Order: sequence, then structure tokens, then C-alpha cells
Amino acid sequence: MRGAVSVGLLSGAVAVYLALVGVVEQLHARLVLVEPVRLSLGQVALFLVGLGGAVAAARRAKGGSAAALGGALAGVSAGAVLSALVLAGPPLNIRAMFVNASPPLFALVTLGRGHAGVPTVLALWGILGAAAGVAVRLPARLRRPLAWGAVAVLLLSVFQELVQLILQASEHTEGVTSLLFTPDSPTPGAAVAVFVVTAGLNALWRARGAEVRRRAGALSPGGRRTLRLVGPAAAVVAALLLPVVGGAFVSQVLVIVGLFTLMGLGLNLEVGFAGLLDLGFVAFFAIGAYTVGLLTSVGNLGIAQMSFWAALPVAVVVALVAGVILGIPVLGIRGDYLAIATLGFGEIVRLLVLSDFLRPWLGGSQGLLDIPKPVFAGVELVGPEHLFYVTLAFSAVVAYVAWRLQDSRLGRVWMAIREDEDVAEALGVDLVSAKLLAYGLGAAFAGVGGAIFAVMLGSVFPHSFQLLISINVLALIIVGGLGSLPGVIVGALALVGLPELLREFGEFRFLVYGALLVVMMLLRPEGLWPAAEQRRELREHVEAGEPSAEEAGGRHPAGEPAGG
Amino acid sequence: MADLLVVEGLTKRFGGLVAVNALDLVVTAHTIHSVIGPNGAGKTTVFNCVTGFYQPEEGRILFRGEAIQGLRPDRICRLGISRTYQNIRLFANMTARQNVLLGQHVHLRSTWIGAIVASRFTREEELEAHREAERLLTFVGLSGKGGVLARNLPYGDQRRLEVARALATRPAFLLLDEPTAGMNPRETQDMMGLIRRLRDDLGITIGLIEHQMRVVMTISDRVTVLDYGTKISEGTPREVQGDPRVVEAYLGRRRVSEAGR
Repeated sequence: MRGAVSVGLLSGAVAVYLALVGVVEQLHARLVLVEPVRLSLGQVALFLVGLGGAVAAARRAKGGSAAALGGALAGVSAGAVLSALVLAGPPLNIRAMFVNASPPLFALVTLGRGHAGVPTVLALWGILGAAAGVAVRLPARLRRPLAWGAVAVLLLSVFQELVQLILQASEHTEGVTSLLFTPDSPTPGAAVAVFVVTAGLNALWRARGAEVRRRAGALSPGGRRTLRLVGPAAAVVAALLLPVVGGAFVSQVLVIVGLFTLMGLGLNLEVGFAGLLDLGFVAFFAIGAYTVGLLTSVGNLGIAQMSFWAALPVAVVVALVAGVILGIPVLGIRGDYLAIATLGFGEIVRLLVLSDFLRPWLGGSQGLLDIPKPVFAGVELVGPEHLFYVTLAFSAVVAYVAWRLQDSRLGRVWMAIREDEDVAEALGVDLVSAKLLAYGLGAAFAGVGGAIFAVMLGSVFPHSFQLLISINVLALIIVGGLGSLPGVIVGALALVGLPELLREFGEFRFLVYGALLVVMMLLRPEGLWPAAEQRRELREHVEAGEPSAEEAGGRHPAGEPAGG
Repeated sequence: MADLLVVEGLTKRFGGLVAVNALDLVVTAHTIHSVIGPNGAGKTTVFNCVTGFYQPEEGRILFRGEAIQGLRPDRICRLGISRTYQNIRLFANMTARQNVLLGQHVHLRSTWIGAIVASRFTREEELEAHREAERLLTFVGLSGKGGVLARNLPYGDQRRLEVARALATRPAFLLLDEPTAGMNPRETQDMMGLIRRLRDDLGITIGLIEHQMRVVMTISDRVTVLDYGTKISEGTPREVQGDPRVVEAYLGRRRVSEAGR
């Protein structure tokens, strides 16, 4: 029981920390529910931290009642820490040090009741803790659906504006909006409906999923092949419909996701396939953008006034050559040293385009302006919806090329270089050409992205090509799963798309982003969608009787929703 | 019989240490030629010089009459020399089949552009390469294990896979660096059979570094003994076995004199 108290105190401290750095207040602006109780996302975040502590305490306890008691104790302890903040904050004038320790924050913690609310806070947190303790002991078939339902309601409120935007795009669904949302939050009816539907579907899948999978397995080979095509086909249809359904904002976000996907596919060729770490990758993106800028601009720095479609292949070739030029000096460099050398290359390119030396040609910090939009079949591709289709088409082509290369003779050579380049060389692999091809083709992919980036903005500036972009691309391919092509897309959606959609959460999304990266590398180091060989490795562990990642996760039931 | 490999005055230094000192060595075609000696005698260094991993300071290495010292490892491989490693160096995260396919690299002609457009030539070549990989896996006794990641294979199978991968380059001269290290008697017996078949069925000349004297004495056609980078004895297994200098190198002078008393 002492353990439960200390866990509770710890989670209380975390909650106080989040409150004092301002996360909670920022989230408070977003409402989860208005009726029957007014509940903000900030309050939910505090509760989730408390719940995390209660779950941790309950899992240590032996027996059902001990779990409930442990959870309650942890909850009360956490609540006590928060109450101490409320009680001691004003007299100690901690606001002098923490600007966020404001009356609105205290009001938020006490649910607007001031000092009189302290007993309520303690009781509420205790009850929540006990409930978490009980939930931990529930059988998985009940616990999982409940957890998923709660997560779905949270997602609905976090993304409410996006959902509303999508619903309002079409006349048919416009009426649904008022049914689902009050001006500030989802309606109670909507929250209950989403909870019930999600929980129900999850429960149904738990009960029937094995049966469905068994039947799918028993299908004829032809039938199974058709079944396997259903997923990708649905994805393609969804991708084609997204801008129509989502409108300009969603399209804009997706174009950016697409550009990062293009870069990710290129970097994946170098890092994922060939194991050549590259921290200056944004250079090739910049080179693609500047090439298209120079060739198509109708401003005074434009040199050819070419059309986008004529300039694009040139940009790809220029980026490819740049990749080879980068590759030559770093051929003999390995591992960590390679990261530093390529880092230098990225900075050189950025500083060159920024320099006064090249200002007469590249415009220095003013950049290149007046880049016309591409024209396709007489239609000027102005809006993000149009550019989305351009990005999607090129991403598809590039992904196809990467997929073909992966299983080819060259793909095997890259894999061998990643594993042991000395042995590869002793087996007759020409390291020079194989490495230069990896750098060149990877750079060419990024060049495509840069070209689209130039026409998307209509101008190119040096400050768009910061080191952070290179690091972001590296992070997204690692999070997606190194060497995995679907992983690149999943990674780009998770690390580029989500933060764009959550822009209103301000700078704190980077806090969450950073924390998620750490958690991700601890819990799922192989990535969200790992490459085939890594998945195979996992499966063979299962055959050997070791617990799989899923089973291991299953022993931490409420952990996911509480952590999420 | 033809001399496949001729080493003349080979010297390799690491700083002040002379790892191989003015070594002369002739390997005759279609033989199993063992190189033995105490730990640190320079056996693996000789292999590394022959396969291009190290650049020797002095001396010449002639393969089929052509000087190969100083060439890059991939060039030497293309000329027909392949090897395995003392501490197994498979591509651990690739499957057994992919390891063997990589070994065939020098004999494949398809380009990356052919792979992207899936040209008929590429498809047919890949198909044939997969068949060849299956044949080689079967030859070394790994049929049906092509889809297993190299790292997940049992130790003995990993040694066999290294041989299969080396064979895929279609070498005339194959250097095996302690192929039976860490094997039990049964596995050792199998490996000896495999090495004999390489010579007899495939006509490959074998260079062998081996510590198990029973293996060396049973399957070698010729044995070279190194100590401190210098050749101290050479001949048939029987000749070498009886050479007092060899006994001295392995057991030390004092022990020999004690044994003589």
C-alpha cells in the first residue's frame, strides 16, 4: 500500500508539472463535453495522468479488492498533490516563478469551486483511481472494448474541428454536424454513440475475429488474393477521395505529408536499404526546389521560363547528380562519421543558396519568386486539392520504383552493404557504384519532392531547408519502420500529418511529439509498420515460445489509453 | 599439375609487427592445401592478403599467372577466389536464399533500370538465380531452409551457408577459414565430406585453415606450417607430422627435450 501511495504521489507530481508548464491550460481551451458536465481536455489530461498512476498501483496489488484499494489510494494521493498546489499556490505566490500558476488553472483543477472544491477533488480522484483499479482486473474481453471506446471519444473531441470541416464540405452531411457537435464540443449523444459503436465493434471483433480470420485462411488461393487486394484498393479509393471530402485544409496537410513521404522514400533508400546514414538529406530537396524555381520562374531571376513538367525531369537529374557528388567524398566513411560528413553537406548547400556570393543567381535570403503553378490539360493546378493529386501521383511512381528496387539485384546489394560491406565487397560487389546509386537515386526522389514544393509555395527561400527537416525525415522513417515502404507513409502521417492537424495546441505538440518518440522507441523499436524481415524475426520468436509484442502489451491493459 | 596460386616473398607488417614474413607458397590446382600453425602465426593474414582485404608490403601473389596483389576484393572475387570467415560473417538479417543470391552477384547482368521496368531479361535471370540458389542450398544440405533468416540458423547450418554463398561466386579457389571451428564430431565429419566433394565433384581448389589436426591430416593433399609469419615446414600430412620443427612450434622446445628424456 505504501507503493500505491508513492506511485500516486509521483503521478500527482507529473500532473502538477504539466499544469505548471502550461500544457493543461492550453488544453483547457478544448472541451470534451459541455453537458451534463463541463469537461475540458486539460482536465481529462490531468485525470489520465492520475489514472496512469492508479493503474500502475492496481497492477502491483494482488486480488481484486486490493487492486481497487490500491487504485483508490494512488488516486487520492495524486489528488492530494494537486490539492496542495491549489491550497499552497496563492499564499506562497508561486506565480512569481511559474507564470502558469494562475487563478484559472486552480479553478480548472478544483472544477471551479475554489478551496471548497478540495474535498471534491480528493473524492473524485479516489473514485477514479478505484474505478481504474477495478478496470485493470476486468477480463480482457470487457476491458479492451471499454478502453477503445474511451479512446475513440477522446479522439472525437481532439479532432472535432477536422470532423466538422469534413462534414460541412458536403451538403448531405451538413445537417449531421449540429447533431454531433455543440459549438464547443461533441454532444453527449455523439460521445455515447461513438463510445458504444467503438466498444461494440471491438467486442465483436474479439469474439468473432478469430473465426473470420480462420475462414479467410480457408478461402481458395484466388479468393485470398482478391481479399488481399481489398485493403490496398480501399486505400487508393480513400486517397483519391480525401481532398474532395476534406477540403482545402486537409489537402494542404496531405500535400505536406506527401512531400515528406517523397523525401522519406528517398532517405529510406539510403538509410533503410543501404544503411548509409545521411543527415544532410534536405540538400537534395533544396536542389530540386531551386532547379524548378530557376527554370520556371517568370520573375527576374528566372532563366528559362520553362513549364513545370519540362523542369521536373531536369530537377530530378540535377538532384541525382548532386547525390552522386555528395557520395564520392564520403564513400570511405562509415557509421557515425558518415552522419557528420553528410550533415556538413546539407549545411553547405543551405549556406550556399543563402550566400551573397550566389545572390545574383539564387536571390540570397530573398529567394526565388514568381514561380508559376503547373498547368495540366489546360487547367492551372492552383489549389492544394490539385497539388495533392500531383503529389499523390509522383509518390505512387516513386514508391513503385522503390518497391521494384527493393527485391532486385541492386536491392540485395544494398542490403548486403548494410549488413557487412567488407564481406559484400569480397563477394564481388562494387561498393563504389552501389553506394553512389543509393545516394543518387535517393537524392532524385527528394528532388521530385523539392520540385513540387517550389510550385506549391510559388517561391523558394533558403530558410525552408533547415537541418530540422533532415532530422524529421530520418525520424519518420525510423518511426514508420526502417527499410519498410508502407512504414514511410505511416511515419509521414504520424509525424508530419498529426502535428499539422494539432497545430492549435501550439508549441506543446512538440513536447508530446518528443515524448511519443521516446515511448515509441521503447515499446516498438521496429517501427509502426516494420519491414518484412523484421516482422519475420518477431514471428519466429513467437514460434520459439517467447511472448510477442502484442501479448506483452496485453499484460499492460489500460496502459495504452491512459498513456495516449 | 598446374600451379593455381603462387605467393612469392609475401610480407605484411602491422606497425612493428611482422605478421607474414617473406612467405613463398604454391597451391596446386584441384588439391586441398592446408595452412596450419599456432595462434597468431599469420594464417588468416595470408588469406586476407590473397583475397585483397590487406595490401601486402612486399611480394607478389599470382593467380593463374596474373598478379593480384593490391587489387580490390571485388576484382579478386571476379577472378575466381572466394572465402569463408573464421568468425562467421553472414548477412545476418537476410534469408539464407538472399545470402546465396548475393553470392551470385558477379554472374548476374540485370540492371536497376531493368528491375524497375520488370524487363523479360531481368525476370528470367532472377528466376534462374533463385533456382541456382536452391541447388546450392541443397548441395550444402540446407534444402528447405532458404526462407530462414541467416541469424536464426543453427551454428552448423550457418557454416554451411557461408560455404554455399562462397560457392555461388563460382570460384576456382576457395579459402576456408576454420570451417569446423566449434563443431561437434558429427558436424565435423559432415563438413569434411562437403570439403572433399568441393574438390572431387566441383573441381575446386581448397585453401584450408584448420586447427583440428585430425581434419587436417585426413583430408589435406598438402600442408604448410607457419610460425611467427614464417614457413617452417611444408609437405604431405605425413611429412609435416614427423617434422621436429613443427612439433617444436606447437609444443615448445623445453617440452620436446623433456619428452625426449
